[in-house]
Parts: sequence; C-alpha cells; structure tokens
Amino acid sequence: MIETLLQSLDTLLLLLFGVCALVAAALMIVLRQPMRVAMALISTMVFLGGIYGLLGVHFIAAFQVLIYVGAVMVFMVYVIMLLEVRESEGRRYSGLLLPGLAGFVLLVGAIGVSVWRSLPPHHDSAGGAAFGISKFSISFLNDYWLHFELTSVLLLAAVVAALAVIRVSRRADEARRRG
Amino acid sequence: MDRTQLLLGLAVALFSLGLLGVIVRRNVLVMLMCMELMLNGVILSLVTFAQQTATTVGAVLVFLIFVVATAEIALAIPIVLLLVREKRTLDLAAYSDLKG
Repeated sequence: MIETLLQSLDTLLLLLFGVCALVAAALMIVLRQPMRVAMALISTMVFLGGIYGLLGVHFIAAFQVLIYVGAVMVFMVYVIMLLEVRESEGRRYSGLLLPGLAGFVLLVGAIGVSVWRSLPPHHDSAGGAAFGISKFSISFLNDYWLHFELTSVLLLAAVVAALAVIRVSRRADEARRRG
Repeated sequence: MDRTQLLLGLAVALFSLGLLGVIVRRNVLVMLMCMELMLNGVILSLVTFAQQTATTVGAVLVFLIFVVATAEIALAIPIVLLLVREKRTLDLAAYSDLKG
C-alpha cells in the first residue's frame, strides 16, 4: 500500500519536474534579456538535477548542480554582468524564425514518434537498477582510465587555448595604442 | 506511457528547444546558453539509457560531457568577450564579416 503510494508520488514528482524543466526551457526562447534567459536555464538545470535524483543517480544530480549551476552558469552570469551590453530594442529573432520553427516541429515529431514506437512498454517496471558512486568510480578508473586521462589532456588544451585568446586580445590592445 | 518514453520525450524536447534557440535568437550569449540546453537534453537521454540498461557506460559518458561543456564555455566566453570589445554589441548580425 505504502509502496504503491510512494511509487505514484515518485512518478508525480518526475512529471512535475519534467513539466517545469520544459516550461523553463521554452521561456529561454521567449525572454529578451540575457540575464533572465540565464535564470531560466539555471532553473531547467536544477529541475533536471531533481529528475536525476529521482532516478537514483544521485552523483550525477550532484555533478549537475555543482558543475553546471555552480561553475558554468555562475561564469555565464558573471560575464553577462561584466559586459553590461543592453540588448537593443530591435528584433529579438533572426530571419530564420519560420524555418527554425518548422525544423523544430519536424524534429520533435520525427524523434518523438520513433521513441513512441520503438521502445517496448514497461521495460523498466523494476524501477531501474540504481547504481552508486562506488560502482561508477571503480568502473571509471578501471575500464575507462584512458578516457579519464584524455579528459585531463582536453582540460589542459582548453586552458592553453584560453591563455592564447587572452594574449591575442592583449596584442590587439597594444597595436591599437601604438596605431 | 512508460517512464523511459516520458524521459526520452523530455530529452528530445529540450534538445530541439536548444536547437531552435541557436537558430532563432540573435544574441550571442543566449545562443551559447541554448547550446548548453542541447547538451542537457543529451545528458538526460544518456542517464535514461544508463538507467534502463543498468550499466555505468552512460554515467561515464555524462561525466565526459560535463568536462567538454566546461571546456567549451571556458573557451567560448573569452572569444565572445573579444568580439564584444571589438564590435560593442552582442547582436550576431554585426559579426557577419567573420564569414571570410
């Protein structure tokens, strides 16, 4: 009895978080100011973190909130405040609005229908096997150690590239001062 | 409707909304954020498949996507800063001379 109640509560929360994430994502397209768009994206990410928590992958939920909301979006909000470029009162959308909307409807329709048809119903009636951080870490550092090392190389390359971009801007500044 | 189908539908909708934003919006920062939304849709589908098959491969891929997204933002933001200092606007139409 209680188990069924909890299961239905679980599904209800999942639906609620899903609808909220979808609404916030749609607001991202509609809102004009970049700061409001950033806030909508942050709420989408937090709702998705809630969905991951409900699915039982708690460490991905923590990563989502820590890395995405805590690092990436804080950086983005900081840049929006730093730039202080007010969006002009001109058009919000580019000339590709109608083709973009048509492509959106086609994409959602095509993939949605194929998802609807292809998956066998009630496949995960066991509620899905949740796996914890220990299983993930053991598998990650044993089977996928090469990928782990490659990510560190990628991060190093990103740091070097960011430094190179800053150097380019410095050189441009100096040239402007001289010229 | 199955739970997996529901989550996959949500992932598709998030990805498509992100793609729509990248195509339709004119603000460079908003376009960057829409790309993040697309990545979030992909992550949701990966988590759903990992949950369905009870393997850790999906979670490893999600971790890699987190790293790639962080590197992407760390690189894209300085480039946007440079462009804005040059053109004094965030409007994409001002950057059309980058076409080459």
